[in-house]
Amino acid sequence: MRTSLRRIWGLMYRHLALYRRSWPRLLELAYWPTLQMCIWGFTARFIAARAGNTVTFAAGLLLGGVLLWEVALRSQMGVAISFLEELWSRNLGHVFVSPLRPWELVAALIGMSVIRMAAGVLPAILLAWALYAFNLFSLGPILVLFFINLMVMGWWVALAVVSLILRHGAGAEALAWSVLFGLTPFSAVFYPVSVLPAAVRPIAFALPSAHVFEGMRAMLNQGVIRWDHLAWAIALNVVWTLAAALVFARQFRAARVRGALLSIGE
Amino acid sequence: MDAITVEHLTKRYDATLAVDDISFTVPAGATVGLLGGNGAGKTTTIGLLLGLLIPTSGTIRVLGHDMARDRFAALARMNFSSPYVALPQRISVAENLRMYAHLYDVRHTEQRIAELSRELDLGEFLHRPAGQLSAGQKTRVALAKALINRPEVLLLDEPTASLDPDTGDWVRGLLERYRAESGCAILLASHNMDEVERLCDQVLMLKRGRIVDQGSPPDLLVRYGREDLVEVFLDIARGRRQAAEAA
Repeated sequence: MRTSLRRIWGLMYRHLALYRRSWPRLLELAYWPTLQMCIWGFTARFIAARAGNTVTFAAGLLLGGVLLWEVALRSQMGVAISFLEELWSRNLGHVFVSPLRPWELVAALIGMSVIRMAAGVLPAILLAWALYAFNLFSLGPILVLFFINLMVMGWWVALAVVSLILRHGAGAEALAWSVLFGLTPFSAVFYPVSVLPAAVRPIAFALPSAHVFEGMRAMLNQGVIRWDHLAWAIALNVVWTLAAALVFARQFRAARVRGALLSIGE
Repeated sequence: MDAITVEHLTKRYDATLAVDDISFTVPAGATVGLLGGNGAGKTTTIGLLLGLLIPTSGTIRVLGHDMARDRFAALARMNFSSPYVALPQRISVAENLRMYAHLYDVRHTEQRIAELSRELDLGEFLHRPAGQLSAGQKTRVALAKALINRPEVLLLDEPTASLDPDTGDWVRGLLERYRAESGCAILLASHNMDEVERLCDQVLMLKRGRIVDQGSPPDLLVRYGREDLVEVFLDIARGRRQAAEAA
């Protein structure tokens, strides 16, 4: 276990050293979440100023949605981009012939994802509080469960992206940025699932994120914890994580059969 | 005792037979050269030995570990260097070595880095980003990475490619010293025949994925009636010997 942790730390250390040497990379972590918060925050403030209390409430939902969705986005990108950093530096050959197990590689990428997510989202949360008096932590301890579920969702989506990169090489790298944006409409980030066409709702309810955001709205609107939605989010995350892990393991093995690990960065 | 044992190893990619039923051993403390033209199967063989590739058939044992079942135990005791696989360019040499020391669970990391820095003369650029180094300096860093865990088996894919003669000679000297001190087994893929003649106890001649001949460099020279390995290599690569025999 100790040696496992050391190997995981070894890969994380390499990424942290990279950030220590590159302020543009550090800036990039917080740039987009902060920008999103500014745009949506001022939009919410403008609407609230014109339409009174009800819309002020909706503005809170909007800001909560923006911040929590960033948790999923940053978590997904944290894993996928850390993997791409290895690919871009053509270092994967050395990593894969070291004693680092594939699950340790994934654990290191997840570790980096947590750090990247915190560095990106915390400034946006502080900004929402300072500029718009929106305190995400007012959701209470349940916020931790929202965070965890969205992070886990980001990780299994990223694992699927990494699997596609193992399958298709660097040609699939654009998915690292785009894939979760494609799930935004189904995740009911800014509106309830009931707004979606009936045919699309099953897709939404198959995503943990839709349950998290239904839960967030119930908490902000009525002050109640919807344990049913949380239970669904957790169960779906378990199922999707197992499926993504299976796909990753199969693609990793397939890459070793095809010889893709020798030329993955090319 | 053999450090590497390969039996009936075959690797097929769809219609292409990259490695065709090869068997060989690398004894502990010996250096074995893999020679062959481009596409002969050298890199594929090294990839198979490192577990980067799964063989179509055959078995590989490294330091007694079956690479199909227990490759991580072997990987912890071996290492690899190739000019075609880079180290992270934007972090410093010391940070690169620290990273690999963690990955290989090397004890007393800083002490080991200091030792390697002395042995490979890295001090001048130890804290410089790896991407800012010259080809010769990068080779030294790659070798430092390859030696970080004091490997018992070292796989080298053209370790002196693109180096000037002075640096190439220095690298060969280092490898000789390391092998003498550690008893490490080395498998060396190279196109540099002087290097092979100097370093290798045994040479495996590959052509189209098969071992077409093998022996010590002096044996091969006698057998082919040549004065240097370049001519032997050309005889094999161009099928000159078979052509002469057929005539």
